[in-house]
Amino acid sequence: MAPVSARVTAEQGGDPTPATTETDTERLLAELPPSPAVWCSGLRKRYRRRTAVDDVSFTVGRGEVVGLLGPNGAGKTSVIKMLLGLVRPDAGEVLLLGRPARDPRARARVGYLPELFRYQPWLTAAEVLALHVRLAGAVVPPPRRRECLAAVGLADRAADRVGGFSKGMQQRLGLAVALVADPELVVLDEPTSALDPLGRADVRDLLLSLKERGVAVLLNSHLIGEVERVCDRVVVLDKGRVAAAGTLTELLGRRELRLRLDGVDAPVQARLATAGDVTRSGDTFTVTLPADPDPTAVPDLVADLVALGVRVHAVEPGRISLEERLLDILRTGGDR
Amino acid sequence: MIVRTVLTVAGLTLQEAARRQVLRSLAALTVLLLALSAWGFSRIDAEFGGLTSGEARLVASMVLNLVMFGLSLIAALGTAFLAGPTLAGDIESGAALSILARPVHRFAVLLGKWLGLVTFGAGFVAVAGLAQLLVVRFTVDYWPPAPVTGLALLAAQTIVLLTLGLLLSSVSSPMASGVVAVGLFGSTWIAGVVGAFGTALDNEGVIRVGTVSRMLLPTDGLWRGAMNAFQDPTVLVQFGPAMQGHPFLSDASLTGTYLTWAAVWIALVLGLTAVLFRRRDL
Repeated sequence: MAPVSARVTAEQGGDPTPATTETDTERLLAELPPSPAVWCSGLRKRYRRRTAVDDVSFTVGRGEVVGLLGPNGAGKTSVIKMLLGLVRPDAGEVLLLGRPARDPRARARVGYLPELFRYQPWLTAAEVLALHVRLAGAVVPPPRRRECLAAVGLADRAADRVGGFSKGMQQRLGLAVALVADPELVVLDEPTSALDPLGRADVRDLLLSLKERGVAVLLNSHLIGEVERVCDRVVVLDKGRVAAAGTLTELLGRRELRLRLDGVDAPVQARLATAGDVTRSGDTFTVTLPADPDPTAVPDLVADLVALGVRVHAVEPGRISLEERLLDILRTGGDR
Repeated sequence: MIVRTVLTVAGLTLQEAARRQVLRSLAALTVLLLALSAWGFSRIDAEFGGLTSGEARLVASMVLNLVMFGLSLIAALGTAFLAGPTLAGDIESGAALSILARPVHRFAVLLGKWLGLVTFGAGFVAVAGLAQLLVVRFTVDYWPPAPVTGLALLAAQTIVLLTLGLLLSSVSSPMASGVVAVGLFGSTWIAGVVGAFGTALDNEGVIRVGTVSRMLLPTDGLWRGAMNAFQDPTVLVQFGPAMQGHPFLSDASLTGTYLTWAAVWIALVLGLTAVLFRRRDL
């Protein structure tokens, strides 16, 4: 907006050096860090007496891949729909690529794959793409559109009507639609729910290539492995609220050490407890280490155990998986 | 951006009409109706050769209006059942999710759908109506006094009904909106006939039934204007009170005020649909 107002002032004769002012403003704007791909704050939504989304705030940086996780009914799809202006929030603000989401232009460079949808069955796959290119106001030459269909494995089905497509093929077409207009932000709501294992692998590759190209992605998926492999950050929703959010390292920072030991007595147990929380199952002891453990902590522990006369059969480092962490967050009510 | 969206969605709506066999079904029904009416008119000419010219004009006017009613019913059913699925169906199937997540205003999408339906409905009325007039011309050598006005009013009737169909489809399911729109259309027609009997019986209360229903839903009012444009103007003068209250003859042309009301009605209903659609969570 700033360059426009500078121009108006210049036309009214208020500024003797309009060109300089405009250049200065443009330079100032260019020097600003780019606004996040998604910024939302205090989103709330009630459906009659049920609160679906309660005070949800998060950001997706440019080029960042963020996973939205949570159990069924956690409010993930509602949040996504509010971001895209499909559902009106009762409260809260959304900025998409730096523009308020109320303004449809905010969605000009946004691609979206809905969770439950069916395209117009009387259109062919190529026509669905052409329709979305027109609605997006983009110029995408036909070869690029064909590439887009080929990328989701529908190159030879371009001229077929969508009515005859299986759910998985519709989902593939949905991905092509989300990606066709050269988006800067892609919002994918359960993109692999109807896909076979091969399709899932394709989507994973597609997500990684988007990441490489610096396209921001907001991914809602129940497949935690998928999220763990491609996402930079994760936002966990539970009962409409953000239960946890952070990078994978922050969320999965805790490490475990599994030890199989013989001859454990009270002093040994006390020594184990100094390293972290201990759980015991037969002769296997699992020690949960702090998020950023001292590099000497493990060798020191083993040396001390041996010095205390313990016979050490096995020492295995373990990493908490995102699935375990997610279950932990949801069971304990989360830690913000 | 708005114009592009409106035209794109209008084109899509026309494409839907063409591909969803609506066009084919309508064409088949229309050809059937035209063929039946051609046969009927030729029989009238053959069987009632002894009619006076005035009687012949009366019969031709009445039968033409009857056939035109059939035609307007086909147009009404076609557009109402097309208007229902176009909005409610898109919402139900989720197709609306991907369209409305594009940089488009919801009212532009709605206006595009409306424009597509208007083009379809008006185009159908123009082509099928003209064909019917030509059939009458060739079979009984009757040409209505104001064919363009008549067809325009028939098209306006279709537009009123499809606008109502869109309003209903923004708040209910595809099937329900089509059924309710056609039901209201039929009820208004019956109320109009009842009102016309009131005129014949000179009963204020019964007349009011027709007047009120014509204000609430202008389909019947516009239809009566169309009939008046199709029928021979001397018929009612010649046969006078005997024909009062006849369901397929109309004793007055439409006033400018009523036409303005019909236009305002369309704008109001479309505006209300836009407000409801804008607030709707998908």
